[in-house]
Amino acid sequence: MSHATVTSVPAAAATPTNAPLRDPAWRTRLFWALAGLALLWPMGNLTEFKPWLLAEPGALAPALHFVGSFFPPRTDADFLTLLLQETWRTVAMATAGLTLALLLAIPLSLLSVRVLSLSSLAGRMAVGPGVLRQGVRWLLLVLRSVPELVWALVFVRVVGLGPTSGVLAIALTYSGMLGKVYADILESGDTHATHSLMRNGSGRLQAFFYGLLPQNAAELTSYTVYRWECAIRSSAVLGFVGAGGLGQLMDSSMKMFNGSEVASILLVFMLLVWLADRMSAALRKNLA
Amino acid sequence: MKIALQAATGHHPSAKQGSAAAVRAVSLEVRAGEQLAIIGPSGAGKTTLLHLMACALQPTAGTVLLDGQDPWRLSRSTLQGLRKALFLAPQVPPLPPRQRVVTAVLAGRLPHESLWASLRSLFYPQDIALAHQVLAAFDLSDKLFERVDRISGGERQRVGLARALVSQASLWLVDEPLSALDPTRARHALDALTGAARERGATLVATLHHVEMALAHFPRVVGLRDGAVVFDLPAAQVSPTHLQALYAQQLHELTGPAADLAFEDFPGGPAPVVMHCR
Repeated sequence: MSHATVTSVPAAAATPTNAPLRDPAWRTRLFWALAGLALLWPMGNLTEFKPWLLAEPGALAPALHFVGSFFPPRTDADFLTLLLQETWRTVAMATAGLTLALLLAIPLSLLSVRVLSLSSLAGRMAVGPGVLRQGVRWLLLVLRSVPELVWALVFVRVVGLGPTSGVLAIALTYSGMLGKVYADILESGDTHATHSLMRNGSGRLQAFFYGLLPQNAAELTSYTVYRWECAIRSSAVLGFVGAGGLGQLMDSSMKMFNGSEVASILLVFMLLVWLADRMSAALRKNLA
Repeated sequence: MKIALQAATGHHPSAKQGSAAAVRAVSLEVRAGEQLAIIGPSGAGKTTLLHLMACALQPTAGTVLLDGQDPWRLSRSTLQGLRKALFLAPQVPPLPPRQRVVTAVLAGRLPHESLWASLRSLFYPQDIALAHQVLAAFDLSDKLFERVDRISGGERQRVGLARALVSQASLWLVDEPLSALDPTRARHALDALTGAARERGATLVATLHHVEMALAHFPRVVGLRDGAVVFDLPAAQVSPTHLQALYAQQLHELTGPAADLAFEDFPGGPAPVVMHCR
């Protein structure tokens, strides 16, 4: 077989004496593949990853029973009214939280984005602006590394139970995420238009609005809508600690093992995520 | 604005440390209101020379003086103020794809506009008439509300040039303005550019691949090769011998996009698009 392929090559190309016999990258590749597996093993142990427990007799029965009680979803008028009300509250919480997050994230990402540095137009960025940009990046890191659940527990103690604490929690964590990713998106795109404007004497904000923003608008929008979708899911989790909305409703239904109510709530979640997905697609199509 | 380069040396920004300079100890003076073409084979350092003049690149040795002052001795804010007086048009037009032509053109006025005015203009273009007028000079008035990514490469290049006409800069530095244009358009565009610069008394420095375009439209032509000035002559005194010497080894560039040494009209049909090289 191999003989046949060698003879089919033109004589000039077939110089078997100096053709390399093995891929020099092979050893490194093998090493890292094995190293990855060796690292995974203790992690599996640490997380008690034992999938075979699922196969034991009777292990799945309670879970299946609960899932079985999902059908049929509860659809009486009383519950649907409540569901609609709580859905609206959840959407409002996610939207308000995200809007507040934007108010914080946009100025922070503008402060941290290196593309808008005037001093780095020719040569290295000056020390002062460099320190400021790094400082803002660290602030964003702090904001997003505290989970929204922790922020919510903090704010529940300040403003009491209810959606307000959820809104504030989403605002803080999401401002960290949005600010970081906005800055990354702005820095990864083509900077030619922005730099040309600044080289001709435009201000940073002018260059942002006339160069950087139109260059990256579609990506920024689609990421923001995706984050809105995440905020809706987040607000569900926050409901479990008393922030109201669909999450709180789900919490009480779960506690009473009312599968049909849980099913209805989950269907609403799917609907919301689908809506966000459609919205993102439509926006991207418009901005493309 | 007048320019004086004194033994200015410049490295390409992305060049490795210790690599050869793209522009080596070039001394050159350009009077205010003068029009100058820089020609030379690919890799001669034309763009780097333009960037040195545009304060886009700091000379590694020697000095660049704009109106008698060294921009690199100024504070950062004063330097940014000085940049308002110069307009650098890169070879690849710096236009965001989703922007409309009218916005892209009016962006040339940003340096002399307040932030508020420029934001308002983004909401509703404040000077549609001006944008229309400068686009008409490049035969593009019908593309006013078109999106930048829906016009052709040549049209995009002319939109980039139209931006110079709305800017209030007193020094125009134009890099390869004709690389995507067919001969007729190219001639037309150069006429519009040089005419507008003359009208405003702006200094115009352009790098050009098309040799006879340079000779026909610019009173002064500088030949650059390997980062050094080979000749600096009035266009009328540039002889075929000069050009042969300038393009020795790269004669195909002389005969390629620039068809022929004789100052004839171009044959019909678009010239091949020059490779974008920096």
